Amino acid sequence: MDLKPLFEPQSMAVFGVSASNYRHPANEIFNKNLLRYPVRVYGINPRGGTINGQPIYRSIAEVPERIDLAVIAVRADFVPEVMTACIGAKVRSAAVISGGFTEVGRQDLQDRIVAIAKEASFPFVGPNCLGIYVPSLVDTFFLPGERMVKPAVGNVSFVSQSGGILVDQIIKFTGEGVGFAKAVSIGNKAMLGETDILDYLTADPATKVIAFYIEGFGEKEGREFVLKAGKCGKPVVVIKSGKSPEGGKAVSSHTASLAGDYDSFSAALSQHGIVEAANELELVSFCESLSKYAKPIEGRVGIVTVSGGHGAMAVDACTSRGIAIPPLPEDVREELRKYLSPSVQDIAALTNPIDLTGSGIDEDFVATARIFCSREDIDCVLALLLPYVPGVTSDLGAKLSSVARPCGMPLIAYVPNVEKYAMLIEGFELNGAPVSPSIEGAVLMVEALRRKRP
Amino acid sequence: MIGSRPEMLRIIEEARSDGWVLEPAAKRLFSLAGFSVPRFTLALTPEEALVFAHEIGYPVVAKIVSPLIIHKSDVGGVAVGIAADARLAETFRRFEALEGFRGVLVEEMISGVELILGAKNDLQFGPMILLGMGGTGVEIYRDVVLKMAPLTEKEAPVMYRGLKARRLLEGYRGAEPADLGKLAQTLLLFSSLVMELEGQIESIDINPLLCSSRDCVVADARIILGK
Repeated sequence: MDLKPLFEPQSMAVFGVSASNYRHPANEIFNKNLLRYPVRVYGINPRGGTINGQPIYRSIAEVPERIDLAVIAVRADFVPEVMTACIGAKVRSAAVISGGFTEVGRQDLQDRIVAIAKEASFPFVGPNCLGIYVPSLVDTFFLPGERMVKPAVGNVSFVSQSGGILVDQIIKFTGEGVGFAKAVSIGNKAMLGETDILDYLTADPATKVIAFYIEGFGEKEGREFVLKAGKCGKPVVVIKSGKSPEGGKAVSSHTASLAGDYDSFSAALSQHGIVEAANELELVSFCESLSKYAKPIEGRVGIVTVSGGHGAMAVDACTSRGIAIPPLPEDVREELRKYLSPSVQDIAALTNPIDLTGSGIDEDFVATARIFCSREDIDCVLALLLPYVPGVTSDLGAKLSSVARPCGMPLIAYVPNVEKYAMLIEGFELNGAPVSPSIEGAVLMVEALRRKRP
Repeated sequence: MIGSRPEMLRIIEEARSDGWVLEPAAKRLFSLAGFSVPRFTLALTPEEALVFAHEIGYPVVAKIVSPLIIHKSDVGGVAVGIAADARLAETFRRFEALEGFRGVLVEEMISGVELILGAKNDLQFGPMILLGMGGTGVEIYRDVVLKMAPLTEKEAPVMYRGLKARRLLEGYRGAEPADLGKLAQTLLLFSSLVMELEGQIESIDINPLLCSSRDCVVADARIILGK
């Protein structure tokens, strides 16, 4: 099945728009696409009328062009009828936003729409979902545009069983400067599930990292998913909910007790090189880091900072994850010392972590990065920055990146995330270096590169 | 394994009414599949137990065989290091009083590092293989590694290397190291057996699998059948 019309529609029909009830979710979807996106959008309602100065078509048959994506936000009972009409009009795909299916016990109704779609090889996401969001292209979320953040175009694609989690993560990723290629909420995943979307995103040139929020898989669905994800050639990051074992489930064997649902889930993922994020901080850190750097590292970090305490905290975070911090040999330390500014030369600690002290200036960071780059036993630079130190300027990102990039060493930075320091943060991010608002997060960014299999 | 498949399936069919394959039958099945098992017999009378003990020599192990007792140790249904006739006969009589008694399994004593080798047919991921530190405390220590079956040759050693008990296997504090090649081989054999029985089983416990410098032996096993 071709999912391109679903993710990159040129034309779109929104079912259920209302000429009288301006708060209807379908109206929101219609209006935002009409006003803000290049997709050609048509509103449909048997009662007709107008919306935002545009005619409302009484049926899909009346629409003057062939439709790539139908957005179906009508009452659950009407969905089979609408879907049949779409198939009759040669519509290429659909997002069924409507709720009222298996989540409220209507398996029969869900089975009916799946049967209709399968017979016609008609791809649809949902029901009970938000649908598709592709920055600058299309947005089927019924959330008022002015209440949403505007994510940048990027190379992370996010697939979520929950619409709420998806929107929330879009907001949080955007806050960390992580852009999206595609975002999709798959809801009850009646027809298209994680594995189908994975297939599409694997082939999608705009997607570099594929993230999933997963509640659970159907029978053997998990097996198919991990086997495909492990071979897809792109980093796959998964965050899972519903990890706690079901209470009161009688278990007769030790193995069944030790290999609970979540234990098996987690083991199968790691066996196939899929990165599991334990929490939201890991999720955003892993995705950001993997979206910037494709080459895996072994995890031997050179740390540079202007604060001994920051260095020590980073060392603890690294060590607990098995990331090495190789000490610089005596002769290398002496060489580095020669390049440092006079006020730092005698007081900097140069073993690794390198503590340039509060007197450190941009050029001292650059000299240190040069030394890290020359070392065979170091494969990543971690810069812990305190923007309030007088010698650190907002040009540091560009300067450090111009050293690290040519030598092929990933550069990762920690900068406190407050508006005041935005220029320093952007200086890194615009030069392709990820920035975390916490030391722990910056170490997680290193961790992500280490865990990724080529 | 292919040639013995009908016999293995017959063992499973016979166990269907109990819902699980009891130890003597499970050991026959593992033996047919190519695993090492201790010399054992299912004794229905104290006399049969004594005859077998004399045949293989003391010390021996005696275990209750009952479809109603899945965890034998929990009811005092396991006696190890039995070294004399009187003790064996007395143990037999004690087991006779336990619910669902179908006989006593008498077998040779084997030593080695106690591991658990298990399988579970997971709803989402299908057959999973578990290797861990074995014994009665498995659910306390939870020193286990899990992988989706079938295992590749590369994955088998990765499993025991992931255990804290790895050091016990490699010869901890002067002990002789276990035969790790044999352990890897046992894992791969188990993995193919599990794939073969996928449709039949809910879970399998080999606990303990006793690994020494000489061999890896299935010292106890149960197979819980799928519904």
